[in-house]
Amino acid sequence: MLVIALLAVVAVGAPTYAAGDRTVQGTLRNSADNNAPVAGVKISAQTSTGKTYTGVSNDQGRFVITVPGSDSGTLTVTLDTKTLPDAVQIRDGASNTLRPTGSLSTITVNFPLGPDTRQVSTAWDQVPQLLYNGLLFGLVLSLGALGLSMVFGTTGLSNFSHGELVTFGAFATYLGNRVVGLPIVVAVAVAVVLSALFGYLNDKGLWGPLRRRGTGLIAMMIVSIGLQFLLRNFYQYFTGGRALTYREYVTPAGRDAFGLFTYTNRDVVVISISLLALVAVTLALQFTRLGRATRAVSDNPALASATGINVGRVIATVWIVGTALAGLSGAFLGFSQSVTYQLGAQVLLLVFAATCVGGLGSVWGAMIGSIIIGLFVETSTLVIPSELKFAGAMVLLVLVLLVRPQGLLGRAERIG
Amino acid sequence: MPTDNFPNDHLSSGAARKDVSAAGDTSQPRVPDPGAGENKSMHECRTALQLVPHEAGAAKPDPIVVVNGIRRTFGGLTAVDVEHLEIQRGVITALIGPNGAGKTTFFNLLTGFDQPDAGSWSFDGAPLKGKAAYKVARLGMVRTFQLTRVLSKLTVLENMRMGATGQRGERLWAAALPALWRAQERDITDRARDLLKRFKLDAKEADFAGSLSGGQRKLLEMARALMVEPKLVMLDEPMAGVNPALKQSLLGHVKSLRDQGMSVLFVEHDMDMVREISDWVVVMAQGKVIAEGPPTSIMSDERVIDAYLGARHDTDISELERVIQVEHTHDHAEQRADREVPR
Amino acid sequence: MDIIGALTGALHDGFGYLAVSFCLAAIGLNIQFGYAGLVNFGQAAFLSVGGYVMGAAIATSGVPTVLAILLAIAFTVALALILGIPTLRLRADYLAIVTIAAAEILRLVFGTSFRTYFHGKDGVTGFTAGFRSLNPLPNYDGFFLTYSREELWTVMVGWGLVIMISLLTWALMRSPWGRVLRGIREDEDAMRSLGKNVYGYKIQALILGGVVGCVGGFVGAFGAASVQADTFNLDFTFIALTMLILGGAARVLGPVVGAVMFWAILSFLGSVLTQLASYPVVAQFMNADQASTIRLMLVGLVLMLLMIYRPQGIFGDRREIALDAH
Repeated sequence: MLVIALLAVVAVGAPTYAAGDRTVQGTLRNSADNNAPVAGVKISAQTSTGKTYTGVSNDQGRFVITVPGSDSGTLTVTLDTKTLPDAVQIRDGASNTLRPTGSLSTITVNFPLGPDTRQVSTAWDQVPQLLYNGLLFGLVLSLGALGLSMVFGTTGLSNFSHGELVTFGAFATYLGNRVVGLPIVVAVAVAVVLSALFGYLNDKGLWGPLRRRGTGLIAMMIVSIGLQFLLRNFYQYFTGGRALTYREYVTPAGRDAFGLFTYTNRDVVVISISLLALVAVTLALQFTRLGRATRAVSDNPALASATGINVGRVIATVWIVGTALAGLSGAFLGFSQSVTYQLGAQVLLLVFAATCVGGLGSVWGAMIGSIIIGLFVETSTLVIPSELKFAGAMVLLVLVLLVRPQGLLGRAERIG
Repeated sequence: MPTDNFPNDHLSSGAARKDVSAAGDTSQPRVPDPGAGENKSMHECRTALQLVPHEAGAAKPDPIVVVNGIRRTFGGLTAVDVEHLEIQRGVITALIGPNGAGKTTFFNLLTGFDQPDAGSWSFDGAPLKGKAAYKVARLGMVRTFQLTRVLSKLTVLENMRMGATGQRGERLWAAALPALWRAQERDITDRARDLLKRFKLDAKEADFAGSLSGGQRKLLEMARALMVEPKLVMLDEPMAGVNPALKQSLLGHVKSLRDQGMSVLFVEHDMDMVREISDWVVVMAQGKVIAEGPPTSIMSDERVIDAYLGARHDTDISELERVIQVEHTHDHAEQRADREVPR
Repeated sequence: MDIIGALTGALHDGFGYLAVSFCLAAIGLNIQFGYAGLVNFGQAAFLSVGGYVMGAAIATSGVPTVLAILLAIAFTVALALILGIPTLRLRADYLAIVTIAAAEILRLVFGTSFRTYFHGKDGVTGFTAGFRSLNPLPNYDGFFLTYSREELWTVMVGWGLVIMISLLTWALMRSPWGRVLRGIREDEDAMRSLGKNVYGYKIQALILGGVVGCVGGFVGAFGAASVQADTFNLDFTFIALTMLILGGAARVLGPVVGAVMFWAILSFLGSVLTQLASYPVVAQFMNADQASTIRLMLVGLVLMLLMIYRPQGIFGDRREIALDAH
């Protein structure tokens, strides 16, 4: 239960939030008039409890409606068309009534006014951008996948609480950056160190003792499900349903790359650090004593132990490094997806998909699998609706397992 | 087990074989008296081997298993590459060879637990290529395992009942209606109890199989295999991990299988056992069958000793086996690791 | 503090339609995991297929309820075959990963696609008329544990199904068929060497457990009068698994006791914690929302502790569970 103790320490600094008010906001602009703001329009938000809250757009076209936290009914937001200026009309095909879904505390609604002037790009124009996004996502994913795969390789554990290790990194970064006030780079570094410590405690306080008890792999898998439940709800205890953001680099300016796609300075930093971490880990596995010992344990724990390798120490190291990588991955995901208690749970299956596609227990497999999953998730939106893009990754996972159960780089068999 | 299961006239199986035994009739020395408990056909099965030339791949008068060109490679390594092998019906055949000779892999291939890259083989005239392991077992070719595989959390009696084939109550639609299978279940239970009595496990009937000692597990596994009513029993190291006190009784049980008309093929490192009970010995090394013959001649065969420890050795191989047995523990660890790979 | 109210609430929830739905999910898992050793982490998929196929068939095409139920069962069998045929020859965790993936695929598809049938986030509604028209109860609400008339009807039918299916499980598991399943859980290769078609039995167990789950999907759908994709998230299966472990795997009554206790305890804790949260002293640490997350934290903790210290559950036999790694 050391794990919980640590979490409590980390979490002390976190403010306890009240079940907060909800904010419905938006900005009205008229595309027929060069996107000029439209003021004085009445917007009302009615909840399913029957109460109605209203707001009026200001000179910037912006409106904000506050729904008290005591009223948790589902919302219906209506734009009063009678209050629109004469020349302004709601866009053809758009409705003046919206039913926003989602559990976030800030709800942004969009009432398009005037004709649709957006440039319609063809699917193929998006390909370079999607490939770039996919590579970026895959790279960040591979940090998480590597940890999962290393732990599986050395201990045989399919760790369903791995996603919560990713969330841990994002939360630690958030705490360092927003609560303690560290610069983001320092906050990420501190988060990685804390993650490493968290990984050590995971192994020391829970998995190590279970291994010594001789707990079966399936039993351990179920314990990891329990831990996932515990940690995820523990995170939620502090954040509720809110999506938190870091203080810096939240919406960096995009730069154009050869007219093919846009990238940001933040991307450059994320890519460099991720690559550095991946290269460092692979080199360490290849060339250091501990790295070679790790591969030996992955290969055959009994034999490794018989040849004098300290298996316990190797596994502890794998947990430390694997969790640090997962934490780094979470810190980076916090930029693009914002920090929520579900961050890790949402990527868990993608991380599993990546490791299985690449080959469970294989380091290169985890990385290549992640890149494939990242690319697949992003580019599949060309063909399937974007809400289904994660389902696409799952289908890919199932197909790979059917055709090549050991994954792309997994070993098919061994000699007895 | 009725003894008329196998034909008295094994000479009918091919003209070439007729020639072999016809030649033998005049030239071979008299065989020892088969003993009171054995019937004539069994005796014939064993005497027939006297006529078989002592060479790898020799044709047998009445083979129950015929293997042609089986090859199995793992990555770059050829684990098994057997050109031709016949196993005589009604006798005890031992399969020996140094570690890594491919004996267990060969067992796995014959019984459908592994698929070869090439080759064909038949059991009792039925081709087995591509047959699932459970179908092979139903044909009457039943194996045991090097590491005993009792169903630990089931009782000894339940383990035994599991061996019976053709159980009506094992079909999903009939399972919920005990009237359909109760009578058969009673017969199976009676048969199981008889066998348990014979193997001196009847007192343990209600215990969980996991609570048995290593030797008792071997006995249970063998008894359970007999519940399948096999024609050929394949024992993978029946003596491994069995304490000396139980060894003799285990030997007796193996012999009694032959006496009841079953054929036995076993892998063993214990050369005393091989010498004591086998009628014929097949030697494998580096995946190939390198020699065949009766135990007495095989133990001093130059090629066999070479295979065990390279050239320049005049020791009897039973001495060498003692050394090899130590290494063997290591094999077991690897075997366990093997189970982790996808099948 | 209203302890009586909390206890009544606990009884209401412990025997409510949701408990029945989860109970059937757990019975299905028990057949698969407890007896046959199959790790199905996507039981939610079978319930979602049950609810969605039945609901959509009635609501969009006006298919009679009985036919819709048969159609849903046929789809469930098909799903089990699709998941089982390729994976059941492989190592145990492949089934786990493929079923979990399938549950997510189905949840996303039901929640976002084929809106004419499944209505996106709103879910399927308007399919209960046929079922409710069979309700023989007098028109009097709330006379038993504050159940409404419709709710009580669903709950009665639901528990009737639980009893029937438990009896069937009991009969099956003491038959030679059940013995083979337990043998497979112990050692597949040994069973093959004894001439048992292991693969065939595993598929049968997966189908049977899936169909029982599918029936749980019906009860949940009729109880809520709607089917919504997000109900069937990963937590759904994990909660059902917790119930099974709580009650005791490989015991006929394990999942039943587990489900009732789970919901009763969760409901009791919920009302006690929520009431506590209304005290200013406590409210500093815990508001009403946090009270509900604390409950779920406890679920996780209980699952971990059970698995570590009492894997046989409340009345399982320690010697008889599939917890050794295969």
